[in-house]
Amino acid sequence: MIPIAFDYVRPDSVDAALAQLAEHGEDAKLLAGGHSLLPLMKLRLAAPAVLVDVGRLAELRYVRPDGDEVVIGAGTRHRDLETSELLRTEVPLLPRVAATVGDPQVRHRGTLGGSLAHGDPASDLPTAVLALDATLVLRGPDGTRTVPATEFFTGFFETVLGLDEMLVEIRVPRTGSAGWAYEKFGRRNNDWPIVAAAVVDGRVALANMAPTVVRASLTEEAVARGADPAEAAEVADEGTEPAEDVNASRPYRRHLARLLVRRALTTAIR
Amino acid sequence: MKVQITVNGTEHTDEVEPRLLLVHYLRDVLGLRAANVGCDTSSCGACTVLLDGESVKSCTVLAAQADGTAVSTAEGLSGVDGGRMHPMQEAFRAEHGLQCGFCTPGMVMAGVGLLAENPNPTEREVREDIEGNLCRCTGYHNIVRAILAAAAAQSEQGRAGHAA
Repeated sequence: MIPIAFDYVRPDSVDAALAQLAEHGEDAKLLAGGHSLLPLMKLRLAAPAVLVDVGRLAELRYVRPDGDEVVIGAGTRHRDLETSELLRTEVPLLPRVAATVGDPQVRHRGTLGGSLAHGDPASDLPTAVLALDATLVLRGPDGTRTVPATEFFTGFFETVLGLDEMLVEIRVPRTGSAGWAYEKFGRRNNDWPIVAAAVVDGRVALANMAPTVVRASLTEEAVARGADPAEAAEVADEGTEPAEDVNASRPYRRHLARLLVRRALTTAIR
Repeated sequence: MKVQITVNGTEHTDEVEPRLLLVHYLRDVLGLRAANVGCDTSSCGACTVLLDGESVKSCTVLAAQADGTAVSTAEGLSGVDGGRMHPMQEAFRAEHGLQCGFCTPGMVMAGVGLLAENPNPTEREVREDIEGNLCRCTGYHNIVRAILAAAAAQSEQGRAGHAA
């Protein structure tokens, strides 16, 4: 499968990449690892006229401590997250979730920023970042703005990112010894989840239960009240609007959400 | 656009379309046919090559993205040491790690990439690490044995090297 022809540019800085976005507007698309965008282009579901390759910008690839947070460059690869000693001790949910994405070849290429900007509701890392209450740093022609993960995802493959903006950094609160777990259900280990649940520090996020990744807020309230995992998980699917597809019916997805949240909560409080 | 890619130690400079996939560059421009196009959707791993030492699926990488990098394919494994097979290839032969052979170049490169990151993997680690490579003959047992044998052979060689 061959993508529709496009122009390719590889700017040598974030500023130069932003200039390309400003110049080409909706004709341009940022390319990082390319493991979400290129498959769509090969299927001709996406046909940008200009690809702006930011996959090699060293200024976007880092994991470092900063006060109460760990800050991660948007160009950091899944494999970097998976093997980061800092994350393993300070934000253990994130390397665990990164390790469940695709397979080693995919994780060598895919980036955290790319996964978030893609806005797929069935995606692992957006679910983790939402559960972690992370803050996303966006850069555009008018400077930098920060957006809480809870406000970043606006619809099916849609985010608050403007056409001339770029996600440059993800700021994740250190969770240290707080309980956490990730429960992912799919047919094959390297697939997207049919449903997944991320739990950390009493917060709960779900993949593939709505047009965006979502928090299970009623479950979170129940946990805060001191409900046990079984009771709190009973309301995990309240307010969700899961799609029906070849993998699962709506009632089955709701069942999975309750089941996976109960398992994740049980693991997290251990 | 012009790309400069070092493939199996030889530098190549070619004029390519930006949309040319790395696997098509290797197969159709350079005539290196080891990397196979299996699923063409980054699921099967038959097109696995190493990009700057890391395993990638070359059906989901643009040749343009490989500009300035070093790529290794199965063709580059043998012959570097007086025509002998690479320990991974030798292990696939000795352990009968192939049936029809279509997945083999990708499996071999995935195995080489795995040992570069983790020289002494457990059997479970090998099984988990080749999750991105499908063998439709389902010959996984011998493939896992082959990668473990190659790891053992390499660490043996390493020890011999230190002794000498």
